[in-house]
Amino acid sequence: MCGLAGFTGRVAATPQDRLDLQRMIATLHHRGPDATGIHLAPGVGLAHARLSIIDHASGQQPLHDGSGSIWTVFNGEIFNFVELREELRKQDYHFRTQSDTEVIVHLYHRDGDRFVERLNGQFAIAVWDARRQRLLLARDRAGIRPLYYTRARGRCWFASEVKALLAVLPECARIDHDGLLQALTLWGPSDPDTLFEGVRSLPPGHLLAIEADGRETLERYWDWQFPDVGAAPPFASFDEAVEELRGLLADAVRLQLRADVPVGAYLSGGLDSSGIVALARQAGIASVRTFSVTFDDAEFDEREQQQTMVRHLGTDHTTVHCTRADIAQAFPTLVRYTEAPVLRTAPVPLMMLSGAVRRAGYKVVLTGEGADEVFAGYDLFKEAKVRRFCAGRPASAWRHLLLGRLYGYLGHSPVASPGFARAFFAQGMEHIDRPVFAHAPRWSTSRRALGFLAPELQARAMAFDPLAFYEGRLPADVAGWAPLARDQYVEAKSLMAGYLLSSQGDRVAMANSIEGRFPFLDHRVIEFANRLPPHWKLRGLTEKHILRKALAPLLPAEIARRPKQPYRAPDASSFFAGGRPVDYVEELLSPARIRDAGLFDAGKTGLLLDKCRRGRAVGFGDNQAFVGIVSTMLLHDTFIRHRAAAAPTLQATGTE
Amino acid sequence: MSEASVRETIRGHILENLMFTNDPSRLPDDASLLDMGVIDSTGVLELVLLMEENFSLQVQDAAIIPENFDSVDRMVSFVMRAGSA
Repeated sequence: MCGLAGFTGRVAATPQDRLDLQRMIATLHHRGPDATGIHLAPGVGLAHARLSIIDHASGQQPLHDGSGSIWTVFNGEIFNFVELREELRKQDYHFRTQSDTEVIVHLYHRDGDRFVERLNGQFAIAVWDARRQRLLLARDRAGIRPLYYTRARGRCWFASEVKALLAVLPECARIDHDGLLQALTLWGPSDPDTLFEGVRSLPPGHLLAIEADGRETLERYWDWQFPDVGAAPPFASFDEAVEELRGLLADAVRLQLRADVPVGAYLSGGLDSSGIVALARQAGIASVRTFSVTFDDAEFDEREQQQTMVRHLGTDHTTVHCTRADIAQAFPTLVRYTEAPVLRTAPVPLMMLSGAVRRAGYKVVLTGEGADEVFAGYDLFKEAKVRRFCAGRPASAWRHLLLGRLYGYLGHSPVASPGFARAFFAQGMEHIDRPVFAHAPRWSTSRRALGFLAPELQARAMAFDPLAFYEGRLPADVAGWAPLARDQYVEAKSLMAGYLLSSQGDRVAMANSIEGRFPFLDHRVIEFANRLPPHWKLRGLTEKHILRKALAPLLPAEIARRPKQPYRAPDASSFFAGGRPVDYVEELLSPARIRDAGLFDAGKTGLLLDKCRRGRAVGFGDNQAFVGIVSTMLLHDTFIRHRAAAAPTLQATGTE
Repeated sequence: MSEASVRETIRGHILENLMFTNDPSRLPDDASLLDMGVIDSTGVLELVLLMEENFSLQVQDAAIIPENFDSVDRMVSFVMRAGSA
């Protein structure tokens, strides 16, 4: 795991270019504290910050193919590098290191751009082909590792995080208003858009080639694909599919345990992380080192289930207790790493957790992330199923009561008042045939935050139709898929890639130099699950049905049967103590600072602040707007207002 | 409490705490709060709280329906009916 940065185009390889590479890579020290390396030549600059996990001795980067004609810098892991190296060796490729990195240059030499299709892993890669003076950028299929790029001063600049670009391109330090609207509505800017003007994010599963003459080609090499409705499922029986899945998951975990350092795991107490830990144990790790978060509030806390699993699997377990005050204190640090607004505080406890992993001497953790997208675990999928069911008979007096079976874990449930729940969930029914139907309620709740934007941004906010916007970014094939498949696709691209794997994934782990690994996002698992009939995933209103069956032999019955508990943390209430906002919130949300930043309406923000202070913000809409405003103001403060002053603080590794 | 002051209290609360505005023209008394997007799925609980705290009412679960809560006019008549009962 690592950080990378660089540029191509008009590059004469001057001392200033070297200095720029050093300044860029210094901002990514947290991603790779173990070593740095630079390659500078006419046409290209590559820089790398290394976190040593595989091949400590000879895995330095940038690395070339032996002749100096193909170079690479790479962030992430190629889990099948052992098999690929063996294959290439037989074809007379000579390896000088034991690292997974070297596979990239030889595989590129053999296969060209299609080399990426052979990789099983999580990666952001830059390949410099000196023979053609051509740069190739590649990002993994699910969007686990980040990669940003921009055009400026006759060059294409790229880096693992935006802060590396801002270090040398101050002209990019401007908030992109469209990126802000997307982040506040869709939970994250939508690739390739970002929160920063002119800065683009390479979308998951894509390649970007920059030719010697500056021509740029963006190409998708992989995507979530689903069969058309009515296509016969390619499985002899459900039981056979369960067996196949069990084998596939075991193999995904086996590959992801590859490392020259010990691998730990997160254990939330839910089905997914429990299953991963059980599979790790099955793969031969007798006592898995596990980590989890606990909360004061029973509404968020899962320690009982965690302890059940700890006892069952005999893991060596560490808990990190997270209070409201902890969240308030760490939130500004969080936002420096996410580089995007967040609507919930839930990434903070995960940042604290990665700190605990680091203190325990671990660098790598397996997590259950991805199972809810791949196997349809979220309530959003069930809610959409019920809403489609209701639409079949709108006059039915009882169909909407099924909604009462959802959201039981919420203190303020949207279905607490059945009379209103019916009216509320009846909203958006006109979108029933659209691929964004399932997401309309979520986005209409988050969209309420746009009402707090400054008057100058209101026209743009009013014109922003999130449903039409998102449909514009969907592939044409979506129309032929089953409703659940469409819902899963939008979820995988919007919430998962745009928020969970970024602000709540890569960024909060790398803040403490920890690498997360996600066996459920092994592309073979995704491709397998996407071929399954929808009702094998969401059976009635039981989520992840086939996954439960596959993991059942490894888990206590109460865990295998347990309904999904969404991972959440206290939101707006975290930012108040003794009836007052914490100091930085009071300052950043003061009318003068709000007006100075020019992004929000001072009067409306003041009313929201007051409502939150009085403890009256009970709904998701208010909480998300508040957390979204605080995080955006912190981003503005860090990256725009104090850009120069912010640089030194970013060099430290760790969040404490 | 007179109908006019009930109306004033309800309007003030909705404008300030649910619409975050001081502009009374934004809230027509007969407009559906759901359709206007003023209340989300949990917003109705805030309306119930408003009723109970300001008008000394106990709102029964069965009464939490759009017919009683989905506009200023409906909320006013709900309070007036409850007061005269």
